[in-house]
Amino acid sequence: MIRLEKRLAPSKRAQYLNPFLAVLLTMIAGGLMFAALGKDPIAAIRLIFFDPIFSQQFGSFSRPQLLIKSAPLILIAVGLAIGFRAGIWNIGAEGQYIIGALCGAGVALAFYPVEGWYIFPLMVIAGALGGFLWAMIPAILKTRFNTNEILVSLLLVYVAERLLAAMALGAMRNPDIAGFPGSRDLRRYESAHNADLIAGTGMHWGVVAAIIAVIFAYVMMTRHSLGYQVQLAGQAPRAARFAGVSPARLVVICLGISGVLAGLAGMFEVSGPSGQVRIDFASGYGFTAIIVAFLGRLNPIGIVLAGLLLGLTYIGGELSQMMLQLPGAAIQVFQGMLLFFLLALDFQTNYRLRFTKGARA
Amino acid sequence: MIFKSILGAATALGLALAAPAFAQDDKTTVGFIYVGPVGDHGWSYTHDQGRLAVEAEFGDAVETTFVESVAEGPDAERVMTQMALSGADIIFATSFGYGPEMNNVAANFPDIKFEHATGYIQEQPNVSLYNARFYEGRAVIGHIAGKMTETNKVGYIASFPIPEVIMGINSAYLAAKAVNPDVEFSIIWVYSWYDPAQEAAAAEALIEQGADIIMQHTDSTAPLTVAQDAGVMGFGQASDMSSFAPEAHLTGIMDVWAPYYIERVRAVIDGTWEQGNVWHGIADGMVGFAPFSDKIPADVRAEAEGMIAAIADGSFHPFTGPINRQDGTPWLAEGEVADDGTLLGMDFYVEGITSEIPN
Repeated sequence: MIRLEKRLAPSKRAQYLNPFLAVLLTMIAGGLMFAALGKDPIAAIRLIFFDPIFSQQFGSFSRPQLLIKSAPLILIAVGLAIGFRAGIWNIGAEGQYIIGALCGAGVALAFYPVEGWYIFPLMVIAGALGGFLWAMIPAILKTRFNTNEILVSLLLVYVAERLLAAMALGAMRNPDIAGFPGSRDLRRYESAHNADLIAGTGMHWGVVAAIIAVIFAYVMMTRHSLGYQVQLAGQAPRAARFAGVSPARLVVICLGISGVLAGLAGMFEVSGPSGQVRIDFASGYGFTAIIVAFLGRLNPIGIVLAGLLLGLTYIGGELSQMMLQLPGAAIQVFQGMLLFFLLALDFQTNYRLRFTKGARA
Repeated sequence: MIFKSILGAATALGLALAAPAFAQDDKTTVGFIYVGPVGDHGWSYTHDQGRLAVEAEFGDAVETTFVESVAEGPDAERVMTQMALSGADIIFATSFGYGPEMNNVAANFPDIKFEHATGYIQEQPNVSLYNARFYEGRAVIGHIAGKMTETNKVGYIASFPIPEVIMGINSAYLAAKAVNPDVEFSIIWVYSWYDPAQEAAAAEALIEQGADIIMQHTDSTAPLTVAQDAGVMGFGQASDMSSFAPEAHLTGIMDVWAPYYIERVRAVIDGTWEQGNVWHGIADGMVGFAPFSDKIPADVRAEAEGMIAAIADGSFHPFTGPINRQDGTPWLAEGEVADDGTLLGMDFYVEGITSEIPN
């Protein structure tokens, strides 16, 4: 008979060590998998973790790409983590990301071809507002009717995806090109283009926003009373209520913040790296950000590292496909292992297995 | 100080570990990027068959590589750039939406040749476009469907309301209608190129509505297996899908990219590559057919084969007037043949189709 027993005092150090251990275990298990596929495991791991940054051949190109890939992940994950800390589960960041992009692009396309300094700031506001309002649907349904925000926010992703397809095929379609889906290329519309601030560095406004969000979240969680309320609500909901924390207010704030940040991420993506409202604009950042948030221990600084790490596995994963012909699915399994090992280690940190003699009725 | 030395050590490690580049010898390196997994048995699979044919044709003279499941947008731009940096001589990008990115990358690598399937953006001198006249194949299976349906209801699983798909629906409908005036098309849009679950659900819904022939403009084998379970029939897409549903599979339109890929790679090897923009059909071998099922009666088979031959020799065009638009206004006069420009921008149904194009 095996029993699970909650550890009374989970090791603090293990909490911070587990992500690193998880990476190490992933390298080992992933390496074995690559070897089983008949590929050189050392070469594969090197291509995934080292070459995107250090290779002379690819580095100067893929280092900026790392920022471009990681910035939206970090921006979204920082917002999600605040809610997760409070026990408020926004699983629909992908939807808020899409709506933010649609609102931002909508403003740009409405102004086209007028040029003006005020267009980009308006797009930023529209993107943030779009993400916010989309997140308010599960928030208000929860506070008013006590619906489950996990389900509502997740299902709204599919609504947002349909809306995206409808926009790419209909209202936002580029009228200059007959019949083909997809909006105008915002990268060719100067006032709306979220270009590299310094050419070739990958530093666009989304990266700046991610940095600001990380600092803001860090200060809020450690210095501000709101951060205290969030922590309290997550760890001891009853105590929080006695302390005067309004659960409804917290739901609105947490979903609101994560919605705003996801919306911003979408807006910076559509006006920069992606450039177009297109049917498959959404590439899963909103979902991957959930992994990033947990891998980063729901801590803003940790999220930066986790976001960079995941971005690295994407870019390195493509490299290893290209250079070693690893199947794309093997890379996804590899990324999945990362979360699997982290959860397993966390479980082991928080619980212990007890072998008891004989079966108890 | 400590930070610097860590950084230094890491850099040294990185350099020591730096991957060997593709051999920079006289081998021609050919890169492919696919929008789906090579195992989809649909679109991406057929392109990968083309890649393997290139390897078989040129042997040691070429080296091929590919990256699968690359999302359109910034991911595609990054993968193409990495391919270019790794020494590729020619890159085939095999999804419609790779257009803007391919032209961006092509501008940065003027010596590398770029080939874009089903695209329309050609801003750089080193970007070629190629596409297949799938509507020719749709006409043939439309004919077979019109002859073989007993309920006079054909179910059509469509992906996105874009000209390519609308053109296919019109072509199949016109051919079916020509041999069966009572035929009706029910169309379900799944807003995906590859989503087995949704495609299966669409097939079930169509069969429930009375369709006994299923056509698909999506890539998975799911509709065919649903058709087989329900005892109705259907057509495969992109590759020979008969092994997935031998009872239901009548035939299928096959994408045959190998001859074009071999021709273009040869041109790179010979140094004769030139920018092009081709739309090949049955005549050039880019559109083919999976083996015809025994379920197709001999006379229908003979008619279908005759139609294939007539399209190939140019004596028959699936869009030959008189054809009216859905709203009854004339489109093509008696004997008039549709021009390529109208077909490539097709945003209307022909007369007789009862549903509307979603917007």
